[in-house]
Amino acid sequence: MVIDCKHVWEHLSGYLDANLPEDVREMVEKHLQHCEICSAILDSTRNILILTADERVFELPLGYSERLHARLDEELRRISD
Amino acid sequence: MIAAILGGDVQLFHELIRPYERRVYLMALSFLKSEPDAEDAAQEAFLKAYRNLKNFRGEARFGTWLVSIALNEARSRIRHRNTIRMESLDESPETEGHVSPALLRDWKEIPSEALERKEVRSLLEDAVTSLPSIYREVFQLRDVEQLNVNEAAEVLGISIGAVKVRLHRARMMLQKILAPQLKQAVPKRRRWAWS
Repeated sequence: MVIDCKHVWEHLSGYLDANLPEDVREMVEKHLQHCEICSAILDSTRNILILTADERVFELPLGYSERLHARLDEELRRISD
Repeated sequence: MIAAILGGDVQLFHELIRPYERRVYLMALSFLKSEPDAEDAAQEAFLKAYRNLKNFRGEARFGTWLVSIALNEARSRIRHRNTIRMESLDESPETEGHVSPALLRDWKEIPSEALERKEVRSLLEDAVTSLPSIYREVFQLRDVEQLNVNEAAEVLGISIGAVKVRLHRARMMLQKILAPQLKQAVPKRRRWAWS
């Protein structure tokens, strides 16, 4: 069975997570072998996921951890008093 | 460690939460979209976790439990801000049609070194922040915080199927927004490769 691009897009996320049923995965792979648009969509999506998972993207505010533990200390002292 | 804290060694709570500081803050930030508000919500979430530690049953992983508390804290603050109604206009129900990605003919990988540039980091952060909340929260948990599908479903109180559908849409939305922007923002190396 041959599937068109729109159907392939619906499976790209499952394909990236390697949780597609075997027959669907084969169909998607077959399509990707000859479709440069879907291959580029897959590659760009994978690339974007790698970049957004990088710790440099979402940075913690300077001093966040220190302020958090100072506030916790206050709470711990308040409760134990 | 939890048993020791409940037994009176309360200072151990500092160590217990250290691995989750980032995750809890980012969860709050993804909702509140303001660093000071997110920091305050994260602090409050940790305090609530401490006060309710005796209720932690261990059925969930501690990190998942903490994120649930942070999520509830952030949601409750959003409700206070009265913006939930505005935001819900952007949200598509599960039954709505697919999201079309940005069509490209070629993609040359953008290396992680590009993240040294503030401009590139901002593009990524802004794109994630711009997602409607039902997609943003799933994306944040799965693809930023690397929770598995079951954990994300548990934190959000939705089915595994709903996590997969929302995650797929979130990823496609991000590809649609970011692929053209990143191509423009990081053109140097590829200008040669594509010529």
